[in-house]
Amino acid sequence: MIRVEDLRVTFSAGTVMETRALQGLSAEVGAGEFVTVIGSNGAGKSTLLNCLTGDVAPTAGRIVIDGTDVSRWPAPRRAALVARVFQDPLAGTCEGLTIEENLALAAARGTRRGLDKALTAARRDEFRGKISRLGLNLENRLGDRMGLLSGGQRQAVSLVMATLRPTKILLLDEHTAALDPRMQAFVLDLTRELVEAEKLTTLMVTHSMRQALSLGTRSFMLHEGKVVLDVAGEERSRLEVGDLMALFAKVRGEELDSDSLLLS
Amino acid sequence: MNLVSFLGAIEIGLVYALVALGIYFSFRILNFPDLTVDGSFPLGAAVAAALIVSGVDPYLATLFAVVAGALAGLVTAVLNLRFGILHLLASILTMIALYSINLRIMGRPNIALITEPTVLTPFEGLGLSGLYLKPLVGLVVVLVVAGLAAWFLTTNYGLGMRATGANPRMARAQGIATAKVTAVGMALSNAMVALGGALFAQMNGFADVTIGTGTIVVGLAAVIAGEAIFRARGVVIAVVACVVGSILYRMAIALALNADALGLKAADLNLVTAILVALALILPGARNPFKSLFRRGGDA
Repeated sequence: MIRVEDLRVTFSAGTVMETRALQGLSAEVGAGEFVTVIGSNGAGKSTLLNCLTGDVAPTAGRIVIDGTDVSRWPAPRRAALVARVFQDPLAGTCEGLTIEENLALAAARGTRRGLDKALTAARRDEFRGKISRLGLNLENRLGDRMGLLSGGQRQAVSLVMATLRPTKILLLDEHTAALDPRMQAFVLDLTRELVEAEKLTTLMVTHSMRQALSLGTRSFMLHEGKVVLDVAGEERSRLEVGDLMALFAKVRGEELDSDSLLLS
Repeated sequence: MNLVSFLGAIEIGLVYALVALGIYFSFRILNFPDLTVDGSFPLGAAVAAALIVSGVDPYLATLFAVVAGALAGLVTAVLNLRFGILHLLASILTMIALYSINLRIMGRPNIALITEPTVLTPFEGLGLSGLYLKPLVGLVVVLVVAGLAAWFLTTNYGLGMRATGANPRMARAQGIATAKVTAVGMALSNAMVALGGALFAQMNGFADVTIGTGTIVVGLAAVIAGEAIFRARGVVIAVVACVVGSILYRMAIALALNADALGLKAADLNLVTAILVALALILPGARNPFKSLFRRGGDA
């Protein structure tokens, strides 16, 4: 479903600020796989996602989604294939628009937007149904502005928005990082449900080792712009958070210290 | 305030309602502070007047004025989106350029239309005096344009345009080609402003290269006044607010100028406008459109 070949991204090339975010990253993800991606700050996790969405143009390498080379496609064109939930609850929605307007925006993702009414009675019914499944009591507040919702509620709605239209891949960029623990658990459960129900090929970036192992079917560890660990199946199910942290420390060439406990 | 100045205020308020709608599109919908309007308003007047005196049908001349306004908006959009010039500066460049262009179009600093046919001519035989006819025609035009604007903003394309202004990154992630949509919005915005200019020239019987001065401030004043009255945020209400705000603003100006106690003259108009807008922006709770000048893109 996703094939990334020798992907390289260099920011501010040729200056003192030169940063090589991705240094020849290659990976292949099959249809229906749910990959969790971990790595320290600057390992290239976000850059990888931004390359997949088209927000960052790779310096070299190829990105193939569902058999189509999309390496040179700008972000809006890729929207038909890629759905994304941002880390910041404010980033993935328009706070000045109502919940139903946000949903209508997402329901037209990757399609030609014409001069037909964005919100029809049928559309509203469809939205009400999808939103009521969240159990957040938002189905009667579809006309409220998005800005009135809490961060967790917005992320939950963002997840629904991402799955309103059929998508080839779903990208989750630390989408629970800004939430309180209770909401985090809620959004993670919802993520698992939606991914399973829609059989979505998913890439989820996370800072939490526990999340990385408990969710999904496969895990990547990124370091200095490359995949340094790729585990799935039996091998993955035997891994504990401690093992992962030891590996994490090893690839960084460091001893396990108290800092890494913060990452668990 | 007598009947003449009352109807006059409504007439001019309706003409500037078109400007307010244009400014609502650029400043509010697209989050694009656009000063092109100071050039596209007289551009509309110039194109319409120049074509009418050369014998073109006034309706066709008005249509050309609208197209010219749209092109002016596109120039600003291209300067900003394609060449990366800061939106405010890009619009000032277009505005300055339009001053010369407007002089070229008219061939002289002003054109009188008093004896020429205008869009009002076909209705003049109906027995209404110009006093009532002008506000009536203005009302019809504004209702049609405002109706179209409100409808447009509730379509899928219009919703995409609103997302483009509110959260461009999210809009792109939803597959909206934000640059193209912004260009279309800027064209629509300045087309409405130019229509206002074309109507202004025909109702007042002249086009002058200086009539654009302060258009942006007057338009903003109307938008802000409308928002102060209608607190709700829906687009349809916002469009109505632009129209009502523009008329009420003109009423307030007319009242201020007519009140002998204040001792104001017509020449004080721009000062009064500037003070009113400044007050509106300083007042707590005001949605300050100039705040957007100090932050770039993204953070909606």
